[in-house]
Amino acid sequence: MLNKEEISEIIRTLVPEAVFPEGTQLLEVIVPAEKIFPIAEQLKTDSRLAFDYLISQTAVDFVSKFTVVCHLDSTQFRHLIVLKAELVDRENPAIDSLTALYPTAEFFEREIFDLFGIRFNNHPNLKRLFLEDNYGYPLRKDFRDEVNIIER
Amino acid sequence: MMSEEIIKDVIVGENEDYIINMGPQHPSTHGVLRLEVCLKGETVKYLIPHIGYIHRGIEKMCEAITYPQIIHLTDRMDYLSAHINNEAVCMVVEDAMQIEVPERVKYIRTILDELNRIASHQLWWCAFGMDLGALTSFFYGLRDREYILDIFEESFGSRLLHSFVAPGGLMHDVHPNFQKRTKEFIKYFKTKLPEYDQLLTGNIIFQNRAKGIGLMSRETAIGYGVTGPSGRGSNLACDVRKIAPYGAYDKVQFNEILETGCDVFARYQVRMAEMWESMSIIEQLIDNIPEGEFTAKMKPIIKLPAGEYYRRVETARGELSVYVVSDGNKSPYRMKFRTPNFSNLFVMNEIASGYKIADLIAISGSLDLVIPDIDR
Repeated sequence: MLNKEEISEIIRTLVPEAVFPEGTQLLEVIVPAEKIFPIAEQLKTDSRLAFDYLISQTAVDFVSKFTVVCHLDSTQFRHLIVLKAELVDRENPAIDSLTALYPTAEFFEREIFDLFGIRFNNHPNLKRLFLEDNYGYPLRKDFRDEVNIIER
Repeated sequence: MMSEEIIKDVIVGENEDYIINMGPQHPSTHGVLRLEVCLKGETVKYLIPHIGYIHRGIEKMCEAITYPQIIHLTDRMDYLSAHINNEAVCMVVEDAMQIEVPERVKYIRTILDELNRIASHQLWWCAFGMDLGALTSFFYGLRDREYILDIFEESFGSRLLHSFVAPGGLMHDVHPNFQKRTKEFIKYFKTKLPEYDQLLTGNIIFQNRAKGIGLMSRETAIGYGVTGPSGRGSNLACDVRKIAPYGAYDKVQFNEILETGCDVFARYQVRMAEMWESMSIIEQLIDNIPEGEFTAKMKPIIKLPAGEYYRRVETARGELSVYVVSDGNKSPYRMKFRTPNFSNLFVMNEIASGYKIADLIAISGSLDLVIPDIDR
């Protein structure tokens, strides 16, 4: 089993542009949004890393940007990594889909599209998951619903 | 020859897909889930799950309330693993604030986890038998589950949605009778669990319904993120209690149950064996609960330092992970629950296609879905 330093060293050689933030609970890596698919593919296929299990995929709205957060695990080595990509475009955020690598991503991405309005390129079936088509994107920080949410 | 051709022409829809809706109100989906099933005769061609009927926006609500309040919402996700869900949120808070909880709390939490797991598997067993047309199993399972719920009621005042765990420890100490009654239950249930096997496991009708149905390979399970007993039925070692021990799990000896059958019957066997393992864990801990405080010292207002926190636990259905982004306030900036049933549901199209519609009931039963956990 590799420790954090060894994993980040391997990823640095694979992906020179990756950024590793300091002082985080788990090992985190921030990659350019347009390269997330090839990087995830390398993380999955590299035999030293073998990140084959996508635990969860979600997004966070930091108002100035959206961050797509993927928690990856390896069923072989049992090490964890947090893969992050930042999207600055608020009007029309889009990122590549990971469905071809992880089938479960199809539904996590539909959930993110439903709640944040982030579009996924090459997604087989990008429809809303929970809500109606004209509802708005509730987990965005600028979402307002005068009827159902009482502001205090 | 001629007449056969005529008959073929007369059968309407012979070469057409036939789409029916199973749910949102259907006894075998155990909640408000709609499956759009495409049939060819009696065979399932594909199915599309439609969810969202019980979506309450728990993640959005979390952004407006404090951490002790959030615990009460997590009960309402997987209501059959309520205690384990509560514990996940508490452990995230304790991690972030760097609080070391007393040993006594760890032991009690672990015992309650396992009691909760047994109660959940009992209810699954009742409902699974009933899905396949065996009514007696329902009475057997609910009769024995009552004992656990009575123990819960005596200690927490509630039977299903406990909210008994608080950040730093427990709400209050357990009832003085807790140890005695838990030991009584273990003694009682050890005589009753073999009855379950006599009634259903060895039954040839049941075995014919369950064996070789709903095959899920290990690769499919990993790809779709299937965890818990459903994943372990496909020989996927995914028990968080082993991977990242929490509570008192590092102090007990227990086996991770793995089956190689990959079918409905393998997933059934995993859950039956897990009930024995849970009883063994409780037996190892129940006599050794250390004396001491039931909670660590906590500040009256809980604020997490700015940062991101992540914690995973093993519920009765698989891996629950909690991801918190905090900006230093008393409510989280973003809270994400990765619930086990969400991932377990969407593998259904993969494993039910090609089987008969009656097998679809067995397959959805073997995944042990709790719908509020999917919709959140």
